[in-house]
Amino acid sequence: MSYATSLYLTAAEIGLSITALVLLLLAAWNGDRSARLLTIIAVAALVGAAIFSIGLFERSASEVAGRAFGDLYRADAFGSFGKVLIYLASAAVLIVTPRFFTQLGGYRAEYPVLMLFNAVGMGIMVSATDLMTLYIGLEMSSLSSYVLASFLRQDDRSSEAGLKYFVLGALASGIILYGVSLVYGFTGSTNYDGIRAAFALDFSTGALFGVVFVLAGVAFKISAVPFHMWTPDVYEGAPTPVTAFFASAPKVAAMGVLVRIAMDPFAGEVDAWRQIIIFAALASIVVGALGAIGQQNLKRLLAYSSINNVGFILIGLAAATAAGVASVLTYLTIYVAMVIGSFTALLMLRDPAGQNLETFADIAGLSTRRPALAWCLLVLMFSLAGIPPLFGFWGKFVVFQAAVQADLVALAAIGIAASVIGAFYYLKFIKVMFFDEPTRDVETSSPVSHWAVLGVCVAILSPLGYLLTIPLGEWTAQAAASFVAAM
Amino acid sequence: MEFPILSLMLAVPLAGAIACLFLGAHTARMVALVATLVDLALGVLLWLNYDIGGAQWQFTERAEIFAGFSYALGIDGIALMLIMLSVFLMPICILASWDAISKRVGEYMSAFLLMEVLMIGVFASQDMFLFYIFFEAGLIPMYLIIGVWGGDNRIYASYKFFLYTLLGSVLMLIAMLWMANEAGTTDIPTLLNYDFSPQAQTWLWLAFFASFAVKMPMWPVHTWLPDAHVQAPTAGSVILAGVLLKLGGYGFIRFSLPMFPEASAQFTWFVFVLSMIAVIYTSLVALVQSDMKKLIAYSSVAHMAIVTAGIFAFNAQGIEGAVMVMLGHGLVSGALFLCVGVIYDRLHTREIARYGGLAINMPRYALFFLLFTMASIGLPGTSNFVGEFLALAGLYKVSTLVTLVCTTGIILGAAYMLYLYRRVVFGLQVNEDAARMPDLNAREWAMLAPIAAAVLWMGVYPESFLAPMRQDIAALEARVARAAPDFDADNTIGTPREHNANYVGFAHGEARGEEGAH
Repeated sequence: MSYATSLYLTAAEIGLSITALVLLLLAAWNGDRSARLLTIIAVAALVGAAIFSIGLFERSASEVAGRAFGDLYRADAFGSFGKVLIYLASAAVLIVTPRFFTQLGGYRAEYPVLMLFNAVGMGIMVSATDLMTLYIGLEMSSLSSYVLASFLRQDDRSSEAGLKYFVLGALASGIILYGVSLVYGFTGSTNYDGIRAAFALDFSTGALFGVVFVLAGVAFKISAVPFHMWTPDVYEGAPTPVTAFFASAPKVAAMGVLVRIAMDPFAGEVDAWRQIIIFAALASIVVGALGAIGQQNLKRLLAYSSINNVGFILIGLAAATAAGVASVLTYLTIYVAMVIGSFTALLMLRDPAGQNLETFADIAGLSTRRPALAWCLLVLMFSLAGIPPLFGFWGKFVVFQAAVQADLVALAAIGIAASVIGAFYYLKFIKVMFFDEPTRDVETSSPVSHWAVLGVCVAILSPLGYLLTIPLGEWTAQAAASFVAAM
Repeated sequence: MEFPILSLMLAVPLAGAIACLFLGAHTARMVALVATLVDLALGVLLWLNYDIGGAQWQFTERAEIFAGFSYALGIDGIALMLIMLSVFLMPICILASWDAISKRVGEYMSAFLLMEVLMIGVFASQDMFLFYIFFEAGLIPMYLIIGVWGGDNRIYASYKFFLYTLLGSVLMLIAMLWMANEAGTTDIPTLLNYDFSPQAQTWLWLAFFASFAVKMPMWPVHTWLPDAHVQAPTAGSVILAGVLLKLGGYGFIRFSLPMFPEASAQFTWFVFVLSMIAVIYTSLVALVQSDMKKLIAYSSVAHMAIVTAGIFAFNAQGIEGAVMVMLGHGLVSGALFLCVGVIYDRLHTREIARYGGLAINMPRYALFFLLFTMASIGLPGTSNFVGEFLALAGLYKVSTLVTLVCTTGIILGAAYMLYLYRRVVFGLQVNEDAARMPDLNAREWAMLAPIAAAVLWMGVYPESFLAPMRQDIAALEARVARAAPDFDADNTIGTPREHNANYVGFAHGEARGEEGAH
């Protein structure tokens, strides 16, 4: 393994890091005047990184190993798939960000820089094959996230969100570290291959505790029940574009970490972690659905919705098969489109004075004021509820298919029955927009950039999305094969 | 490759639906009418080209454009008839909404056309998951139709409709996933002949039953129907009663019976008991309704109970009868809702007590209403008679008790329908405004006359409708024969007696001694 190959395999992260550092200097010299320019450069860098990752993904079939830096980092198909999603999601969120902060007078040049560092951290997370690399990636992403959450520093809610996120995130990091130390203590290795080999020889109770703690820490990051408490508060308090970001890219990264840990170092101990995942899955679906019912704030509602969705993703992981991993990736792809679409639509909801609309009362009768936007939201909400023929159904379809194929029929049956509870509040969204009388004036036009992002998301989620099922199936199967090779 | 007529039948209303979203009120109405009429013409073409006695699955199309399932269309005789019902009712629904809907017309027409796409899709699907997608997707436009254009309590009704039917159908998806995994195919014609193990069948049957029973709707999960019917706009009720309720029966015939024959046999009495309760209970409930739409909604539940009983009779007569009841009920209950709509448009109330003596000022209307009332009762010469008679005759072969109870339901049906008719059309004109209502206009004629003609056609010459289905139902009967349960009235022909009943087997003289023993 030459050093040059290692650099090549990590070129996306390295490129993003260098761009971020350069932008940091530019930000320091030019101040906030160049914020918009820096955003454009950052978006370009993220798209470039995504394109590079696509290239790496296509080549991963031939160079299966893709190991860099003495197997601290692995640029396999799974990692590349995750990175494409992460970078594209980050870019999409950046595109719709500036207008929100410009209105509040708070857009500063650090914002795109923080996003880039965050993206680097997430890229490292999904590719990490050593517990230390994993921790570095996780912290890099988390620390940028804490700052982003409290980016509106004059706003109490934003500061509160940042603080809450920091305290609970630090706790989660601590739990992960504790688990890592236990795993290291019982296996003598932090490398995934080493851990798997050691577990195959002897899997003691202490090691089990290590596994549980690592999983619990990651469950914090994906906000799976019972570690979801921070989500509604942080999502509600953080500025909307930041919330959109939290709900999309970091979720993908944390899910990637969870899948890789479960399917690589802990692959031999499926029975040990499967029950944890099953519990978290069902609890997330139910709590996410029930918690959302009483909510009036749309961001809070979407926070519960994301908890609910994580539950469905975990069902795919519980299958612990290649099809299960593929279904997780399919679901994540569709989920990212749904989340970014929903939050973009939310960002487009403003009253004529430019004030953001955030509650159900505000969007009453939207379908008469902004029909196009209301229909887009209708597609998004039915998609989130998993009603065919919208593409959100496909995500649920593949995870349940994986579960049924792995003989987890009871899990699938309970999960899908609980999804009906979730349908209730998505229906409420549509009811308020379509059935109620309008109460508030809304801004009548939105910038092209927002429409572009929303349009792409809605086009994917419309029945046209089913045309993607074949390529998506192939890509996710290829990504999932990364682990089967390792198994 | 032959001409993809089924895809075209899906594409025409779909294109219309998309166009209507962007059009003004009047243009949208015209586009919707034209699209539905084109689909009707295509449907007629489909029927004319259907080869009776030919291949079981005709007009098949297949394209592997999705992962996990395929875009496979094709119809047999049963599906053909139900597609015809859908395309026949759609232009009438558009006409019924012509003036009644004045706000957001484009979106309304769009929802209706989408509904048509999905209904045709359900009946034409040859892939299990494609079927599921069409089946479930119907919830979206119907939710909007009830919620946006419905009556005062529309929000409650729309939620109830959506969540009830969704809860019913999600378990079916899991069952389908299991079946696809087990059988290794999602192709319906292949699955029709796949034998699942009897233990698995029990669970699969229950999962499918949960879905179809709610759609049907069967007692006790029928409660969403009266709410949805009452709150939906007239055309929404017509589609709901006319076609959507048939999805349940179609599902039983297409999935439950042929795919799980043993489980169906096992649950026959369960279905019979529910059907018997439904027939009697909902008929009694219908008797005391003061809201016209609610009365007809409950009568739908009663009629659908005869359908389920007929399907689970496990013989050709019963199943043919069930399909004929579905077709007849689709026309008749649709027409009855239209009749209610006609007077609702004039007086804006569905209270029976607000009307009376309409025969005086609306004689033509009274005539149509009478015809459909009689058809609903099952008068010979109308569509429902054929179906009900066949279904009950088939049922009689398996259980006299069930037949007795279901027939009682028909008598009760005559009671509540005639009672309704008497209160609305006969008697004195008690209300001034009701007495001033004008008779049918040309548009309403155009709505009611075709249905009246179809009702009589089906009643007088049912062979047109039975012929395409006969072979398919015979195949279904053969498929389920091995599981057909025995019942009390196993009326096989016994060996005849040697002599007439009044034959005296001895000469007069010989019997004299025995007579004394009396």
